Amino acid sequence: MMEAQKEILEKLAPRKFTRVGKVWVACLLAIILASLIAYGIQLQKGLVVTGMRDYALWGVYISNFVFFVAISLVGSLISAVLHLSGAKWATPLTRISEIIAVAAIVMAGLTIIIDMGRPERLFFLFTHGRLQSPIIWDVIVITTYLVISLLLLYYPMLPDFALLKRYFKDRPKLSRRFAKLSLNWNNSERQKKLYRTSIQMLSVLIIPVAFGIHTVTAWLFATTYRPGWDSTNFGPYFIAGAFVAGAGAVIAVMYVIRRAYGLEKFITDMHFDRMGRLLVLLCLVYLYFNVNEYLVPAYKNTVEEAQHLQSLFTGAYSTYFWFVTAGGLVMPIVLLVFPRFRKPMPLFVISLVVVVSAWWKRYLIVTPTLLHPFLPIEGVPESWHHYFPTGLEWTVTFGTLAMALLIITLLVRILPIVPIHHAIEEREASTAKNREL
Amino acid sequence: MDDTNNKRREFVRNGVKAALLGSVATGALQALKSCSDAGAAASASANSETVELMTTDGHLIEVPVTALSETENLKGDDYRVREGFPNRKFVMVVDLARCKNAKKCISSCNKSHFITGENAWIKVYKMQESQETAPYWQPTMCMHCDKPACVKVCPVDATFKRRDGLVLIDNERCIGCRFCMAACPYSTRVFNWEEPRQGETTEIHMHLEHTESSPDYAGMPSLKGTVDKCDFCPHMIDKNELPHCVTACPNGVFFFGDAYEDTVTNGDESFRLSELLEERAGYRLLEQLGTEPSVYYLPPSNRLVDFQEGLENYEPYKSVDLSEE
Repeated sequence: MMEAQKEILEKLAPRKFTRVGKVWVACLLAIILASLIAYGIQLQKGLVVTGMRDYALWGVYISNFVFFVAISLVGSLISAVLHLSGAKWATPLTRISEIIAVAAIVMAGLTIIIDMGRPERLFFLFTHGRLQSPIIWDVIVITTYLVISLLLLYYPMLPDFALLKRYFKDRPKLSRRFAKLSLNWNNSERQKKLYRTSIQMLSVLIIPVAFGIHTVTAWLFATTYRPGWDSTNFGPYFIAGAFVAGAGAVIAVMYVIRRAYGLEKFITDMHFDRMGRLLVLLCLVYLYFNVNEYLVPAYKNTVEEAQHLQSLFTGAYSTYFWFVTAGGLVMPIVLLVFPRFRKPMPLFVISLVVVVSAWWKRYLIVTPTLLHPFLPIEGVPESWHHYFPTGLEWTVTFGTLAMALLIITLLVRILPIVPIHHAIEEREASTAKNREL
Repeated sequence: MDDTNNKRREFVRNGVKAALLGSVATGALQALKSCSDAGAAASASANSETVELMTTDGHLIEVPVTALSETENLKGDDYRVREGFPNRKFVMVVDLARCKNAKKCISSCNKSHFITGENAWIKVYKMQESQETAPYWQPTMCMHCDKPACVKVCPVDATFKRRDGLVLIDNERCIGCRFCMAACPYSTRVFNWEEPRQGETTEIHMHLEHTESSPDYAGMPSLKGTVDKCDFCPHMIDKNELPHCVTACPNGVFFFGDAYEDTVTNGDESFRLSELLEERAGYRLLEQLGTEPSVYYLPPSNRLVDFQEGLENYEPYKSVDLSEE
């Protein structure tokens, strides 16, 4: 029995970076450094260095922000929705999804600051905040979500930290650190009971907050009059899309971690198969909201809506639109009903397409609407009629994406990425079962 | 200042609901001024001298000169920038039948508010509802809505609505999130994407005017990373003068006034607001959105000007003459 436990710990305890890992971190740091320089230039010269102007007044920064918020919802999907619905198979994925959630929500907060014309006045949100502004709702709900996500990441790790404390007893410094983190976890029945209740409570609490963050983010748009945003469908539409994006992100990350650490025994083909099925379900729900979002205005075809939809269906944004619709919505539904596409490798590729589509989808939600105001666009330079991010904007944006990946990478480096105690319990249960037979 | 203000109030309270024009209509104001000057010169006979004024319901009345006093400014001592001028409700009427895209409103506004970017606050749109209907020129500025969408969404109270109807921006407070710009259905707000190229012009001007930076005078100075827009010229109202666009327009397109006093003027002509709106079938832009703008439009029927003439001036990609710098 101890042998099995040791074997599992060897596999799942945090491990130093391999050479590939170091190169990966170096690449991310290089991108982040470039983006910091770019942001420095932006601070100095103002937002004139972006492609945004008075009509396209929000651009890639805001769509990137919406993307991060969307991705962060996966934490609540895997560790709350699946946990509460008794889907035990997903437990090894909870930590990965919570890490992604924390990284994404931190970056969502930073990205919104990047978009501000006066970032040094950020504290006005707290000293002069007005509750009727959806931005203040977002500030409140995002900070709440970050706190609950951190708890939901940290709390289930207590037994693991206690295990790691013993595992690393040859390295006193590390052992002591894990001892501190484990908050004197001793596996007593009382602690176990508290632990179960707390996780249950956090899982319940995080669902309304998760719905809150993305609904409020949708309301940043839906509370305006603009065609393409002025939609009562927007809250659920955003949440449905967020679950698709988040599930895609989890699949991609779990594939890479499984490969990098050789965790085939813990993150099995079954997990990919189930995640593939889940993705089909989520895409179907999202498809339903997409139909609502586009078909109803297209049927009425009012002047404003017609302009907007035309730019999406056949106009300037049609290439992107059909790419995200085919790649992020139709393709996963069609392919993933076949078991062979739910194998790790094909599913990984599909999940990457889903995540990239999800990113562009946010771009399509933010930008085209702004270029179809109620009154004509006149008296401004011709270039203000269009929007495309500048090189500097891309650099900053890639920097935020790299930073999210770096946070994920570092957390994966220092934390037990698959719940160890859970893996041990499962092993014990299965050996006990075998003995009975 | 307090004294003059009190006198003014007393005067109004006395039931002579006149002089409304006096505070907004330049014509009447000048009459008033010359009278009081004359009055000062001939102080002995001042008591018997009278002046003719028109009341808001259109009657001419005679008022003794001694009952009048020149108002230096409307602010008063208890003036608060977020409250506005007491007991006023400013409105504008734009007569589309007179507009031929002379664009003097734009250049005057640009100059007076030191607009140096490509983001003029007034724009004159070439409008045509459908192929079969006649085209017309439509000047737009901030609508100073009574239910302003921009104010509702501002997270830090940087843009605010005053009791006198004005929607203004405190650019010392604005965090540059641009939510107000997304919320405004009239696309009237502009952003300082870079350091405004105003140089020292605003500083010099502020020095000459003995004034400090205030939401009362937007653009003085403009700040990088904050939102700007038409401010309805409270700095001119305070001096008993009309907004720059109103006085600059050669065709008398813009009428400015006070809804409580039911009067608007373009400097040459004055009308009762309610009558003008009724007779000319005035309307407001995007009324269906419920924003309740303070700017009314009179339809371009029975036109006094030729639409075609405006085409000479038509520059769809330009609203600020940057060469003037």
